[in-house]
Amino acid sequence: MNLRSWGNYPTCDGQALKFDDLDQLRTMLREHNALIAYGNGRSYGDSALSRAMVQMRPRDLFLHFDDQLGVLHVQSGVLLADIIRSIVPKGWFLQVVPGTKLITVGGAIASDVHGKNHHQAGCFSQFLVDFRLMLPNGDIVTCSATEHSDLFHATCGGMGLTGIVLDARIRLKRIGAKTIGQTTIKTANLRETFEAFEQYADSPYSVAWIDCLAKGADIGRCLLRVGDFLPKGKLDYKSSSKPAVPFSLPGFALNTLSVKSFNWLYYGKVKAAVSEQKVSIDSFFFPLDAVGHWNRIYGKNGFTQYQFILPKEASFEGLSVILKTIADSGKGSFLAVLKLYGPANENYLSFPLEGYSLALDFKIEPGLFTLLDKLDEIVLAHGGRIYLAKDARVSRQVFEQGYPDVDKFRALRCKYQMNKTFHSMQSKRLEL
Amino acid sequence: MGYILIIGAKSDIARALARQYAENGYDLYLAARQAGSLEPLAQDISVRFGRKVRCAELDMLDFDNHQAFYDSLEEKPLGVISAVGYLGDQEKAQSDFVEARTILDTNYTSVVSMLNIIADDFAARRSGFIVGISSVAGDRGRKANYLYGSAKAALTTYLSGLRNRLHDHKVRVLTVKPGFVNTRMTKGMGLPEKLTAEPEEVAKAIFTAQQGNRNELYCRWIWKYIMLIIKSIPEWKFKGMSI
Repeated sequence: MNLRSWGNYPTCDGQALKFDDLDQLRTMLREHNALIAYGNGRSYGDSALSRAMVQMRPRDLFLHFDDQLGVLHVQSGVLLADIIRSIVPKGWFLQVVPGTKLITVGGAIASDVHGKNHHQAGCFSQFLVDFRLMLPNGDIVTCSATEHSDLFHATCGGMGLTGIVLDARIRLKRIGAKTIGQTTIKTANLRETFEAFEQYADSPYSVAWIDCLAKGADIGRCLLRVGDFLPKGKLDYKSSSKPAVPFSLPGFALNTLSVKSFNWLYYGKVKAAVSEQKVSIDSFFFPLDAVGHWNRIYGKNGFTQYQFILPKEASFEGLSVILKTIADSGKGSFLAVLKLYGPANENYLSFPLEGYSLALDFKIEPGLFTLLDKLDEIVLAHGGRIYLAKDARVSRQVFEQGYPDVDKFRALRCKYQMNKTFHSMQSKRLEL
Repeated sequence: MGYILIIGAKSDIARALARQYAENGYDLYLAARQAGSLEPLAQDISVRFGRKVRCAELDMLDFDNHQAFYDSLEEKPLGVISAVGYLGDQEKAQSDFVEARTILDTNYTSVVSMLNIIADDFAARRSGFIVGISSVAGDRGRKANYLYGSAKAALTTYLSGLRNRLHDHKVRVLTVKPGFVNTRMTKGMGLPEKLTAEPEEVAKAIFTAQQGNRNELYCRWIWKYIMLIIKSIPEWKFKGMSI
C-alpha cells in the first residue's frame, strides 16, 4: 500500500495496518520494529511514513463533553474539523488551530501544532488536560503536565515516536460568534512588516503573507491579517462543500512566471493600507482547506514546505538574508507565511520559540535541496530551527543544533525501549 | 424533529448515516444484533450533536420478531434506512446452501419482512420515507458475487415496486446503489481509488438524495455509467468475461 504525506514527497511503500481493538494494537507493537501512527496524512514530509503505518482515523469517537468546564474528551483519530463542526454551534472553539482543520487530534499532539495566536496562547499541548498513551510494551499511561510529565513533554511534539496516543481531553475556549473581525494591513517592505506585527501584537490572531519574489527595496512586503472572534453573533456553523484539484498538474504549470502573477494579483488586489472585513472561521483560519487536494498543483513529484523559526533579536536580519537568497534563486514559493511567536514551552521537540517563523512551499525539482541546504546554514547562523511536521530532508546535524533537548528525547526513547518499536523515515534520518 | 430508524446500524455506511442525520437535527433509533456494541457510537453522536440516540436489539433473521420490534418503538420514526447487508462467501455458498440462504435472507427476505411492516404503518400515516441500500452488484450477475448480487437485484425490484405502491400515500422510497465503498466489507480488496467512495461521502449523498425526494442514487455517480456499460454488454460476450 502506497501511503503518502501531504507533500507527495517522499513516497513510501510501507504497510497500512488497521486495528479493531486495543489488543490487536498491542500485538502490532510487539510484532513491528519500525511502526508509526498515521493520522490524516497532512504532515508534509516523512514523519508519518514508515514500513508499518497504523491507521488512526477509524478511532474517531467523541467520548464526553463537559459543557460547564469546556473540556472535550475524544479519541485520537477525530479530526479537528469534526470537533469544530460539533462545538461552534455550542459556543466553543479550540484554543489552538493550525492552518488546516483536516488533521487528527493525535497528529496535533505529535506535532504540537500552533496557530495564528501562538504569540498569546502557545501550542496545542498547552490546552491538554491529559491524554492516554500506549507504550511499546502495551501498557497504557495517562500523561499530563503533572502526571508522567516526562512522557507528556516527549510526546507533545515528539512526532509519534513515543507511543500511540489513544484519546485526549482538550480544554476549549468560549466564543460569542462564528464570525471574525479581520483587519488587513498592507506593508511595503520587511521593516514595515515587522513594525506592523509589533503594533498589532495585542490582536489574538495574526499572520502575514509575504510576497517572496519581491526584490530590492520591496523585499518583505506583505499583507498582515489580524483579528478576533466578534463578541456576539450567530453560531450556526456549516462547513462549505469545496472544489478540489482533480489530478496532479503537469510540472510546468507552476513556474516562476505563474507564481509571480499569482503573488502580484494577491498583493495587488488589496489597495488600502489598512482595511477591515468580517470573515468566516473557514476563510480566516483554514483558507487552503477550501481547495481540496491543493497539493496537486505541485505536480506528481510533489513539494516540500520549508518552515523555520528565528529568535526575535535575530529575526529581521536573518529573514532579510533568507528572502534575498530565495529571490535571487528564482525558485518560486507559492505561499510564504510569516508569523510572530510567543515563548517556547517545555516540550523536548516542540518547534516554536519566541521570534518569527517563515513557511515556504517549494516544488521538488533539481537544485532545490542545494538551495535549502544554504537556507539551513543561514537559519543555524541566526540561532533558529526547522519544523519537523513539514520536513522531509533536513540533516541530522542541522536538526540537532536547533533542538538542544534532543538528547533528553533520545534518552527517554531508550528508557522505554521506544526506539525498538517506533520509527518513521524521519526518525531514521535524524537518528532519533 | 423526530426519529430516524436505521436497521443494520453496525455497518460503516450506517455509522456515517447516523452521524449525517444527527448533525441535521434528527434523533435516532439504531437497530442491530448485539446492540450493546452500538453504545459507543450512540454516545459519540449524543456528544457531537446533542441528539437522542437509542440502541435497539434486532436480529434481522428472526423474522417472527420483526412486528414486535417495530411495535416496541415508542415514537414511530419519520423515516427508515435499511443498511442491512451481508456479502458472504460466494464460493462457499455455491455448494453450501446454508451460506447461500444466509446471503439471500439477510440481503433480501429479512428486509422485505421488516419493510412490509413499516410500509403499512407509513402508508396509514400518509407520511415517511424509506431508504433501501441495495448495490450495483444487483445490476448484473457476475461469477464473483452473484448470490449477493441476486439478492440485491431482488431488493432493487422490491424497492421499485414499493415506491410505486406508496406513491399515492405520500411515502417516498429511495433505492441506493453504492459502487465500491471503503468499508470493513471490502477490506483488503485493493479497490481503485477513483471509483471508491468513503462511507461519509456515501452518507452525504444519500442524505441529499433523500431530502430531495430522489428515487434512485448511484454513489459515486460514475457508477451509473459504469453499470450502463456493463449492462449493455451482450450476454454471449458477457458469459466469457471475468469482471
